[in-house]
Amino acid sequence: MVKEIERYGIPIVHMATITTISVSVGANRIVPTIAIPYPVGDPSLGEAAEHDLREKLVRRALEGLVTEVEEVTLF
Amino acid sequence: MKYKVLYYVNQFFGQVGGEEKAGVKPEFVRKMVGPAMGFNGLLEDKAEVVGTLICGDNYFNENKQEALDYILGVIKEEAPDIVVAGPAFNAGRYGMACAGLANAVIDELGIPVVSGMYMENPGLEECRAKAYVVETGDSAGGMREALPKMAALTLKLLSGQELGKPEEDGYLAQGRRLTIFVEKRGSQRAVDMLLARFRGEEFKTELPMPVFDKVAPAPAIKDLSKATIALVTSGGMVPLGNPDRIQSASAQKWGRYDIDKNVALMGDYCTIHGGFDPVYANEIPDRVAPLDILRDYEKEGKIGGVYKYFYTTTGTGTSVANAVKFGQEIGKELKDAGVDGVILTST
Repeated sequence: MVKEIERYGIPIVHMATITTISVSVGANRIVPTIAIPYPVGDPSLGEAAEHDLREKLVRRALEGLVTEVEEVTLF
Repeated sequence: MKYKVLYYVNQFFGQVGGEEKAGVKPEFVRKMVGPAMGFNGLLEDKAEVVGTLICGDNYFNENKQEALDYILGVIKEEAPDIVVAGPAFNAGRYGMACAGLANAVIDELGIPVVSGMYMENPGLEECRAKAYVVETGDSAGGMREALPKMAALTLKLLSGQELGKPEEDGYLAQGRRLTIFVEKRGSQRAVDMLLARFRGEEFKTELPMPVFDKVAPAPAIKDLSKATIALVTSGGMVPLGNPDRIQSASAQKWGRYDIDKNVALMGDYCTIHGGFDPVYANEIPDRVAPLDILRDYEKEGKIGGVYKYFYTTTGTGTSVANAVKFGQEIGKELKDAGVDGVILTST
C-alpha cells in the first residue's frame, strides 16, 4: 500500500515495528515503532508519558515527510 | 545412528496459544510438538526430531537479539545435524522469525536450515539465499503437502548427496550460479532460444531477470504548516460495529471514514485485525493510528490540517495483489483530494 500511494507522487511515511518488512516491500521513509499491538503507544507507561512518546513518534514521521530522501531512510 | 533434527515453531503451532500468546519468550522442549510430530513420521527412521523450540512471533520480532541468544544457545548445546523451521505459510511475522533464525543458525553455527513458506511471505526474501525453503500454500491447510516436501529435502541434505536444481529437489531458488558442463556453447544456445521465440515455441531463459519494483521517493513537503496530512492504517481500526464488515484477516476491501469531527479515534473506533492481541488497541485506538497527536499539531498550526477521511484495512494475511489494489485506489483518492503527505501505520 505504501508503495502504491507513493507512486502518485505523494510523500508517505511508514510507521511500523518490523522495519525489515517495511524495507523489503519498498517503503522509502520509515519510522520504527514500539510494538506490533501498539505501534505508537506503550501501555506500560503512564498516560502523560505515553502521550509524549506518541507525540515524539508522530513528530519523527512528520520530519520524514519534510526531508528529501534518495533511498530508504529510517527516521 | 539417526541424524538429529531440531524443530522450530511459533506459539500457535507450538500449542501455547493464539495471538494473546504471541509475546511468549522462546522455550525448548525435549519432545515433538505440532508439525514436528508429523514431520518426524516422514523421516523414515533415518533421522529424528530431538526437540522443539517454541517462540512467540511478536517476541521474536520485537526482541530478536534476546530470542536468538536463547535459541542459538539451545541449538549449540543440542548440536543437531539440521534445523527445521515452520512451515510459516503466509504468516509474515512467523516467516520473519523462521528467516531470522535460519540466517543466524547458518551464519553462526554452520548448521543447515530447512523451512517452508508461501511465495509472498516477506521472510522468504530474507533467508532464501542461505536456507532451503520449500514453497507452500498460503495457509495451514497446506501442511499436508508441505511436510513431505520439507522432509524429503531434509533427508537429502542429511545424506550428504549434492542437491539438484531447485525444481528437481523442491526448494526455492537461492540465486546461486553453479558451473556446469553443457554440449553447446553460449552463442549457439542463445541463437536456439531466439529462433524458438521467433517460431512461437517455448524456450527457457538461463538467466531470469530479477524484477525490481522500486518506487522513487516522492519529493518532501515544502511547508508543513500548509500541508494536509492523511492518516492510513493496516491495523484494522474501524468505527465501532465495523459497518462495512472489513475482514479481520485476508482483507478483501478497505474503508474510508469521516474523521472531521473526531479529536481522536478513542471512543468511536476499535480494531478488527485478527493478527495481534487487540486489548491495547481497543483501549486507546490512537495507539495504532495517532489521530490525537495529529489534531494537536493541527491546533498548534504545525500542520495545515488532517485530511477529513481516514483510510483503513487489515494487513494480516492480505495478499500482495490486494494490498497493491488498495494502495492504488486509496492513493488515487488522496491524489485527487490534493493531500500533501501520508502517515501509514502498520501493526
